[in-house]
Amino acid sequence: MQVFPFIVVAWILAVGLYGVVTSRHLVHQIICLIVVQSSTYVLLLGVGYVTGAVAPYFFDVPNHTPAVDPVVQACALTDVVVEAAVTALLLSFAIQAYKRFGTLDPQELAALKG
Amino acid sequence: MDQLLPLVVVVPLLVAAAVTAFGPLLRSRRRLLDLAAILAAAAVAVMLCVIMVRTAGGDQVYWFGGFRPAHGVSIGIDFEVQPISAGLACLAAVLVTAAMTFSWRYFERVATYFQALMLTFLAGIVGFCLTGDLFDLFVWFELMGVSAYALTAYRPEERGPIQGALNFAITNSVGAYLSLSGIALIYGQTGALNMAQIGVAVAKHPADRLVVVAFLLVIAGLLIKSAIVPFHFWLADAHAVAPTPVCVLFSGVMVELGLYGIARVYWSVFGQALGHRAAISHVFLALGLLTAVTGAVFCFRERHIKRMLAFSTISHAGMFLIGIALLTPLGLAGAAVYVIGHGLVKAALFLCTGIVLHRLGSVNEPWLHGRGRPLRVTGVVFTLAGLGLADLPPFATFLGKGWIEASAGPWLIPVLIVCSSLAGGAVLRVAGGVFYGLGDRPTEDPQMAREAAEETSETAGGKNRTPLTMIVPPAILVVAAIVIGVIGQLGHFVQAAAVRFEDEAGYDATVLHGAHITHPVALSAAGPTAVTATDVLAGLGSVLGALIMAGLALYWRRLPLLRAYRPSASLAASARRFQSGVVNDYITWVVIGLACLGGVFAFVIRLAGSVPPASDLTPRASRISHASPLLPAPSHNVVTTTRL
Repeated sequence: MQVFPFIVVAWILAVGLYGVVTSRHLVHQIICLIVVQSSTYVLLLGVGYVTGAVAPYFFDVPNHTPAVDPVVQACALTDVVVEAAVTALLLSFAIQAYKRFGTLDPQELAALKG
Repeated sequence: MDQLLPLVVVVPLLVAAAVTAFGPLLRSRRRLLDLAAILAAAAVAVMLCVIMVRTAGGDQVYWFGGFRPAHGVSIGIDFEVQPISAGLACLAAVLVTAAMTFSWRYFERVATYFQALMLTFLAGIVGFCLTGDLFDLFVWFELMGVSAYALTAYRPEERGPIQGALNFAITNSVGAYLSLSGIALIYGQTGALNMAQIGVAVAKHPADRLVVVAFLLVIAGLLIKSAIVPFHFWLADAHAVAPTPVCVLFSGVMVELGLYGIARVYWSVFGQALGHRAAISHVFLALGLLTAVTGAVFCFRERHIKRMLAFSTISHAGMFLIGIALLTPLGLAGAAVYVIGHGLVKAALFLCTGIVLHRLGSVNEPWLHGRGRPLRVTGVVFTLAGLGLADLPPFATFLGKGWIEASAGPWLIPVLIVCSSLAGGAVLRVAGGVFYGLGDRPTEDPQMAREAAEETSETAGGKNRTPLTMIVPPAILVVAAIVIGVIGQLGHFVQAAAVRFEDEAGYDATVLHGAHITHPVALSAAGPTAVTATDVLAGLGSVLGALIMAGLALYWRRLPLLRAYRPSASLAASARRFQSGVVNDYITWVVIGLACLGGVFAFVIRLAGSVPPASDLTPRASRISHASPLLPAPSHNVVTTTRL
């Protein structure tokens, strides 16, 4: 693994943040937030990747077989669980926002200002 | 091995699950569930208090599943408890207990998920305070965050809570993901997730760009959580709309937890590697000053009582950051005591505001003017808490601020007096106007009035008297803030705790080698614990300033010189443009703030010199491919031995 995954991470992060900042639709904005989080998956898996290594389960392989780092995979899995919870909650907020405000444009929500 | 340590997160999580499971079955005996939840929170508070007292003789470490470190290499997950972390967690548990007792009669119907969310929130806070693992820090952070988002939108049928929760959740989620990126980078560099282990690994080499970037990313999420300007915009939105008992926790501990996290990762992970203590101290001091002043100014011009208290929290977060950024044991000890005093006092203020909302159905200061006269006891508690917020001796806030000033030197005293006067003055203005009918009725700001009017009562019926369960908790909290301020032993205990907290080598030895350090000697002894005349003068000065500001705000129209003054509408409008309520703007500020902070870091660290020749990301990245250049891989698997 070389620089390439890091470029991809930076790109995904930048695209996601751009989306969150410019979005005019809450659901779109939440999806962009997921994109931001996706950059962390790539980063986590990227730092643990070893070229030419096998997946980290050690049943049928000879000893001293290089394996990719399982810790970051566990971290990425935890990250996915967190994302599921946050996304579900945010989407339920978006539904409520549509019911109360009649719009999904974050710039039109006008309960709080100043 | 102390078996109490895991229990403090297991108990609230299990009770939360039980309350959720039995909620539908015990619909007619709901009070049983309420009681179980309150008792669980109180039990956690007692356990944490016991743990805190025990840690005075040495840190306590608990390894989950018994995965202890071997030969100084840790693969397990630990709780590392110091007096400061246990104390902060204990404050959280006390406030949760008070808030849930308050909610006993506050909500018309307490849905069972309210208790469950409060308890998972508590578990997240306690885990965040006690954990010694960097990735777990993120996990607890998110557990706390998700519970907090849901609690903010506890009344989803209203408009304000939904918008506040959305802004809160999106801003904090972005912060959490940035933190996680930083954690991943530092793991790639060191192959470790245990904070002590990372600290040892990164300290072997001078910090390169990757470590600085990782530090910046990790603290980004924590800066957002602790509402440091310019990452603070979400806070006023969330605090203004969350149910009042929840605000108690948001203001009292959640903001402070972000700062605790910054201190924790600085001293146990990045401090030695980063070096440049003076430069880093100055950057954070500047951030703290900016936050303290901005929060105080916004606080004073706010007429929505809950929003006003929220801005006062921002101002105080800045002051805590100043205490931490001094990087001295005395400054940290001051911040710790200040956090406790502020947490208790601010909780009391929010609970009194809840009583006002319960009895009078509004939090709009102009409308309430003079209508709070029947609420005598509430008025007294609110006024006392307001004086505590203005650092009146002998409140704990006064003690903490005195230590911060003693550590910083005389230049800080006027700044803190101004901030405390503005924040305390705003609260005293409300106390005088609402509860005693002093001065003139303030002019209504149409926008603020509309917002305050949306804040409807969270209760119905039985409004002609204040239930005991609502007035006793704030009264106890205020008394506690005074009692803590006059305990003689406190100074020695907290300062020893601060020395321990900043003793990075001691932390590493305790976690990785099982050392038992009763008295850390690595650092110079902490400063004096006695209260000096300067402290008392500064405390009285800020109270006097607060009284003057409150008096001016109430009576300015009767003063000959000020009568001609008209509040500038354009100034107010321009201030409002920043606090737009649009989450897109908040994220823009986060990105801009982070870019500026990164630039400043790069600049000051380069200016301070002694940076190794710029090691580009490229060679560093190729080192990462071996997963663990500095350490044996922290893996549970056999095959990883091939990489050693």
